[in-house]
Amino acid sequence: METTLQNVFDLAVTVNGTRYEQAVEPRILLSDFLRHDLGLTGTHVGCEHGVCGACTVLLDGEPVRSCLMFAVQAHGREVTTVEGLGTIDHLHPIQEAFQEAHGLQCGFCTPGILTTVKVFLEQNPNPSEEEIREALSGNLCRCTGYQHIVDAVQLAAEKMRK
Amino acid sequence: MKPAPFEYHAPTTTEEALSLLAEHGYDAKILAGGQSLIPMMNFRLVQPAILVDLNNIPDLAYINPGDDGGLRLGSMTRHHQVETSPLVAERAPLIHETMPKIAYPQVRSRGTFGGSISHADPSAELVALSVALDGNFRLRNRDGERWTPAREFFVGLFTTVLEPNELLVEASLPPMPPHSGWSLKEVARRPHDFALIGVAAVVTLDEKGLCQQARMVLISAGDVPMVAHKAVELLKGQAPTAEAIKAAAEVAATEDIDPSSDIHATAEFRRHLANVLSRRALEQAFQRAAENK
Repeated sequence: METTLQNVFDLAVTVNGTRYEQAVEPRILLSDFLRHDLGLTGTHVGCEHGVCGACTVLLDGEPVRSCLMFAVQAHGREVTTVEGLGTIDHLHPIQEAFQEAHGLQCGFCTPGILTTVKVFLEQNPNPSEEEIREALSGNLCRCTGYQHIVDAVQLAAEKMRK
Repeated sequence: MKPAPFEYHAPTTTEEALSLLAEHGYDAKILAGGQSLIPMMNFRLVQPAILVDLNNIPDLAYINPGDDGGLRLGSMTRHHQVETSPLVAERAPLIHETMPKIAYPQVRSRGTFGGSISHADPSAELVALSVALDGNFRLRNRDGERWTPAREFFVGLFTTVLEPNELLVEASLPPMPPHSGWSLKEVARRPHDFALIGVAAVVTLDEKGLCQQARMVLISAGDVPMVAHKAVELLKGQAPTAEAIKAAAEVAATEDIDPSSDIHATAEFRRHLANVLSRRALEQAFQRAAENK
């Protein structure tokens, strides 16, 4: 990446397998870039200061809060949002599990939980309930009381092991 | 989009970063993992004119063995790297044990060792641990470098000895002597939130089983990591009996700290927690030291 003195930065980033090139202001948060510039509104913006976890995306496969990164920092990197998990016709096993186990109510926190869970289950295919709760400690849900989310993650783990 | 406009620089070498700091001084702010700075920028509590992003300097991210048997950590080493490093687990078990307690997985993917230290939040675990482990920091500017012990680095709330043209480039953590034990205890409203009070203790026993050395540092107990000097003096040369530990914990909570009241806890409750957690931390540390022969 080159040092730039102008207030616009030529950003090139791969999101869900598609390469995007766009001039952005350095102050644009990754979360706002995904939603406003790319129209990928699956990434939800809750608190915008790193507490709620709704905006979690994967940066080169690692879960990060997209409200605590500038879009320019994703230059040359690969981002996966919830849109990159599955489609309406072909849900990801995690999405199927959340539907079947009632792992969401209003759904606002769900995209951040799904992306977080994706990495977690890849690293830990057979987690205990305690490990699931630990993995989701950075994601707030105000509807469910978490029990159905934990159930959904367990079901997803089962589906993904098959 | 909430942060105020800024001029963005993404140097790829430490030298380039130091030149930018030399040139811009107080106008420039360093962006490490961004897990504290970006929230403050989102709220516009901080509006730096110039941002120097260190995330494209691979040379600043490493975990190396120190010649002394300790550890050398580059300032841009991510929390997740520290958490999963076998070398850290072997050489700095107190750090290894603490990492999963720091914030959340998404924050540990981005947050950095040097960023946490330079931010100097008195409620940050790594700030306290660097003092408890008697670490040293290497600070560089364009013209040279200096080393500062962790115990002298933190001078006030979010304030360190770093000059505007300086960058923390490395932390050196010495090995714990033989017969040492360690502990970190904390209480938070929810696990992983900022601790209402935390206590880090590192103790060393002599061959007779008496306390040869002890360091205890309290988290969220004042403007800086609060070193429990008086409590530790009571323990030195003494057998670590339940009574001795109880007395030291009492002194730590009443004389060594300066907690404040906020919406999360009163100062009085924080002193109560400091007493209980100091006792538990010392008990565990001495027990481990006794087993660590």
